Amino acid sequence: MFELLWTIPALPLTSFVVLACFGSRLSKAASALLGVGSVGISAAVTLLIGFEFLGAPPASGAYSQTLWNWIAVGNLQPAVTLYLDALSLLMTFVITFVGFLIHLYASEYMAGDADFARFFASMNLFVASMLMLVLADNLLLLYLGWEGVGLCSYLLIGFWYTDPANARAAVKAFLVTRIGDTAMAIGLFLLFAKLGTLQIQPLMAEAASQWPEGSGWAIAAAALLLGGAVGKSAQLPLQTWLPDAMAGPTPVSALIHAATMVTAGVYLIARTHVLFGLAPQVEVAVAAIGALTLLLAGLSALVQSDIKRVLAYSTISQIGYMFLALGVGAWQAAMFHFMTHAFFKALLFLAAGAVIVSLHHEQNIFKMGGLRKLLPVTFWTFLIGAASLAGIPFITAGFYSKDWILAQAWTSHTGGPWFWFAGLFGAFLTAAYSFRLIFIVFFGEAKTHVHHHPGRRMTWPLVVLAALAIVSGFVEMPETLGHVAAFSHFLGSALPPSHHPEAGVEAMLIGIAIAAALLGLAVAYFLYLRNPEKVDAISKAPLAASVHRLWLSGWGFDRLYHMMFVAPVLWVAEINKNDIIDQIYRFTAWLHRLVHQFLRTTQSGQLRWYAAGIGVGTVIVAGVVIFG
Amino acid sequence: MIPTEHGLMLAAVLFVIGLAGVIVRRNLLFVLMSIEIMLNAAGLAFIVAGARWAQPDGQVMFLFILVTAAAEVAVGLALLLLLHRRFKTLDTAAASTMRG
Repeated sequence: MFELLWTIPALPLTSFVVLACFGSRLSKAASALLGVGSVGISAAVTLLIGFEFLGAPPASGAYSQTLWNWIAVGNLQPAVTLYLDALSLLMTFVITFVGFLIHLYASEYMAGDADFARFFASMNLFVASMLMLVLADNLLLLYLGWEGVGLCSYLLIGFWYTDPANARAAVKAFLVTRIGDTAMAIGLFLLFAKLGTLQIQPLMAEAASQWPEGSGWAIAAAALLLGGAVGKSAQLPLQTWLPDAMAGPTPVSALIHAATMVTAGVYLIARTHVLFGLAPQVEVAVAAIGALTLLLAGLSALVQSDIKRVLAYSTISQIGYMFLALGVGAWQAAMFHFMTHAFFKALLFLAAGAVIVSLHHEQNIFKMGGLRKLLPVTFWTFLIGAASLAGIPFITAGFYSKDWILAQAWTSHTGGPWFWFAGLFGAFLTAAYSFRLIFIVFFGEAKTHVHHHPGRRMTWPLVVLAALAIVSGFVEMPETLGHVAAFSHFLGSALPPSHHPEAGVEAMLIGIAIAAALLGLAVAYFLYLRNPEKVDAISKAPLAASVHRLWLSGWGFDRLYHMMFVAPVLWVAEINKNDIIDQIYRFTAWLHRLVHQFLRTTQSGQLRWYAAGIGVGTVIVAGVVIFG
Repeated sequence: MIPTEHGLMLAAVLFVIGLAGVIVRRNLLFVLMSIEIMLNAAGLAFIVAGARWAQPDGQVMFLFILVTAAAEVAVGLALLLLLHRRFKTLDTAAASTMRG
């Protein structure tokens, strides 16, 4: 069964090629069948391979399949090799399965769009690139997938390119992530130059044997890879592109900017965890970036009025949790949160998309309200997603994954109370903004007329994802609550285990985390459902108003970057409007014209002058020959 | 025996007279005649040099110059006829229509 591994990325890629070449001639039904079906079969193959992997895992914990030699130049011999271990299997499962549900949803969501085939072509290319990224055996192939998903992200954010704002958002996302990608490319050069290979497993072994812990090269390489991860995963300081990326269609936001692509950075760090283990300083930086990002983004999410921007900031914040977990060495916890987050965040985006479509592309939450009765399926699934995001205790997946991260942040030797407290405050914020969204959108009075109800192809993915957003948490439970360790056992072959805190400490940490989540819920309840006028009163105060503006704009990073980078470039362009370098060539041209003017006068057409010229020239030459 | 210097001096004077004629004269016929003088001056210089070393090469060269001069006159007279036909004059300045 493992031999079928290559079909998982090949199917969406084939579908992409067909749709890209013949999409305009295919009917919408055929395009949808091809686009959704290819990912669906990929998901089925993944399930089959997954069952075999669980039943009879390969002896070394990983299966690799070499398809062909890609390049062979001296030492650099990257092959197109797929590498399947527990970590990439988990990623593959989430990508294909959630991807399939989102494709299915999109086949109805995008049904009215003229560029239906182009949409599915881009989506399929994205899935293929993302699978290449997670299945790659060497960093070069991973980088190919990495750039591929970046390209698809650009194409899909700017899908409705006739609006210049969407095109700008696409370019912004592309350029900002490019900064990180460049750092990552330099990191790859460094690793290859120093260790002589890019194949991940030998590379990690080589790094561990050649570089002592804390060596300069390890720190530089890890920091450069972190740069790439920060760009792709929208963490500080490169997080500014993600909220604008919401310009794309909602299924795109769900697939690329919530469930899969933005977690590529998390995957990269988990994949190269040996290298990061050799650079403790960078690990602390990862944790600090994660903690800071989750707080800043959480506060921003609290004041947004666009439903998709709330979710975008929430995504940044949740990936901050994953970075925090990676930074404190809780690799498995990070991947657990990645999985649950993929389920509940995709669910939230899809449910938000259902709301948006039902209200005829209304995204402002303050124009929604009272949708609980009007859109019951959407309401219940959204509620489950938000509860999972907020970490409502015991029943939701988000509770278990977030709890694991918080416990690790407390106990890990690179963690500590500060990281734990940041995570805890983040949990409070998460609960507050998730339920603020619920209360504003689904409770209160109806403000907009519902003139479209989502059909089955939209509601089924919601229901499946809602189920997953609950049950996926039960595969890993802390010792105090049932003690299930299926997930960590599964990942144990790929990622080192994390140390569990003592039972008493663990119970206390869980208790505090529950209190924080419930407090957030309560605050949202009192402020947004019971006393909405109080929020208005508070936000009228001058200080609160300016804080509100700051948070709404995402802490003014856009303005800061505009001042620091865009404005200077524009300024230089302004003063250099006539191109200083060009002046050199202009001078040469002017000199030539001057000499030309002078020489032109000698061509008078007067025979006698020519004869005189010849005579004088002869005299001069003769003089030079004789006397020279 | 005429001293070599005298012969060469005469050749130089003839050459300069011819050159001055080419430069000063506007009439193409006179220009051609001046060129003939210059050619003969050059021929004279060869003859003198041949006599100085008692070699026949100078006279051989003069024969070449004669042939060259004949060809030059043939071409020159053809140009002169064309000039006259085109511009109704023999003034070379009239033909300076191709100005830079």
